[in-house]
Amino acid sequence: MKYALLIYAEPGAVDRPPKPVHDGIIDNWVDYTRAVKGAGVALGAEQLRPADTATTVTAGPDERLLTDGPFMETKEHLLGFYLLDVPDLDTALDWAARMPIMRYGTVEVRPVVEGTEWQKALD
Amino acid sequence: MAESAGLSGPALERAYREEWSAVVATLARRLGDLQAAEDAVSEAFIAAARTWPRDGVPPKPGAWLTVTAWRKAVDQLRSRAPVSAQGLSPVLADMTAQPPDADPEEPQMADDQLGLIFACCHPALAPEVRVALTLRYVGGLTTKEIAAGFLTPEPTLAQRLVRAKRKIRDAGIRFSPPQTSELAARLPGVQGVIYLIFNEGYSASGDTELVRVDLCAEAIWLGRVLHRLVPADAESAGLLALMLLTHSHAAARVDADGHAVVLADQDRTRWDQDLITEGSALLDAAIALERPGPYQLQAAIAALHSLAPSFELTDWPQIAALYRQLARRSPSPVVEVNRAVAVGMADGPLAGLAVLAPVVRGGQLDHYGPLHVARAELLDRSGQPDLATSAWTRAIETTENGVLRDELIRRVQRRRRSSRG
Repeated sequence: MKYALLIYAEPGAVDRPPKPVHDGIIDNWVDYTRAVKGAGVALGAEQLRPADTATTVTAGPDERLLTDGPFMETKEHLLGFYLLDVPDLDTALDWAARMPIMRYGTVEVRPVVEGTEWQKALD
Repeated sequence: MAESAGLSGPALERAYREEWSAVVATLARRLGDLQAAEDAVSEAFIAAARTWPRDGVPPKPGAWLTVTAWRKAVDQLRSRAPVSAQGLSPVLADMTAQPPDADPEEPQMADDQLGLIFACCHPALAPEVRVALTLRYVGGLTTKEIAAGFLTPEPTLAQRLVRAKRKIRDAGIRFSPPQTSELAARLPGVQGVIYLIFNEGYSASGDTELVRVDLCAEAIWLGRVLHRLVPADAESAGLLALMLLTHSHAAARVDADGHAVVLADQDRTRWDQDLITEGSALLDAAIALERPGPYQLQAAIAALHSLAPSFELTDWPQIAALYRQLARRSPSPVVEVNRAVAVGMADGPLAGLAVLAPVVRGGQLDHYGPLHVARAELLDRSGQPDLATSAWTRAIETTENGVLRDELIRRVQRRRRSSRG
């Protein structure tokens, strides 16, 4: 199954002292990426520029409407994601729990829809 | 199964529910979908109701039900799956080739049941969802029965179950038990769900009935299933022992008028000796495994109460020592309240109040009735009636259970009369 591991943290959290966390965390992103790659489960990963670079687009009656900033003003921002292919949720949760971000933020694990018509159009 | 074993009444119903759950477990594991499993099993039971009276009960009813449910599931999948050029989809082809092993004597069956329990108690599900799933699919209760047990509207509970089943399927929660290396880490989660059900049945806050026997009995049943599946796990045995020993007092906790009776005043001849014997034996066997834990400690405390000839002749020093061990292992202000009561009996009320002082200062349990009851009793016994009076008032304010609150009000009235007299 495919899972998106969505990485969230407060802006500037990485500049503050890390919180004490459980064992098993991989402490930097290069090592983490090598680990998922080495396990043969990595499908992709992206890091987003800060939320203040975002532009939100909605449709108005006559023309598009643009808003400066992210769609949702939340305390924690979406920083990026990994896309993994693993057998089950437990394995996805284990990979999430090993991310370096655990010392500063939160990871949301979301299963990914597979096999739709629009996805076939990507191939 | 049921009929052939010559069972009747509740035993028959239990056998039916157990068989149902076992077949659901086997199907769910192979389909990865609880809803599809449930639907297929329903159809198999309908088929049984139609054909068994005519043809007789098959020699292996469980195997018959599993194979029938399996065929129904395959038919269902086949009718939905588009037939591609390559024929059946790989999943379906695999399923058609591999009927499940449906002999109840086979270890695979127990493994499936354990897998179902772990899926229902998965930490990625909200606690109330785990409870509902476990009662529905492991315990075999109906949605209506569970809703009544938790005073939840039935549609709400049904909706919760539908959503949970969808999450299990779509999020990829598997129906196989964790590997041996992870089993120990995951078992406390399962034990927690079972104990939550037991406590809900036992304390039933806001209800007019003090003991809702059904949920306690269900939790004990689930505890038996878990203990049977992981007999070498000391804490699973400890949990079952704790529930049996606690439940042995059920009949004495309420008097003929429906009033709550506190431990000190209970008629000990009404305690269920069979449950006490069984619970104590289980606890001894668990302790022999030399893997101590909070459930075994609490069971040991319950056993000391159950074996004591009276409240006064209870081994209070030993109980206080066990609470100290429990507090060291899993520190909590609630444990400290219980320890204070035991220390108060073992070493006198002032010693008990000393244990309670940091809890009162901490303020975390300000709304916890038992804290104020314990404090009021200790203050009375230490000859501080004025402080005790305000503690009793607070105790009544913070007790949500109606039956218990009425009992506190009566005690305070008796106390007032005796102080005037």
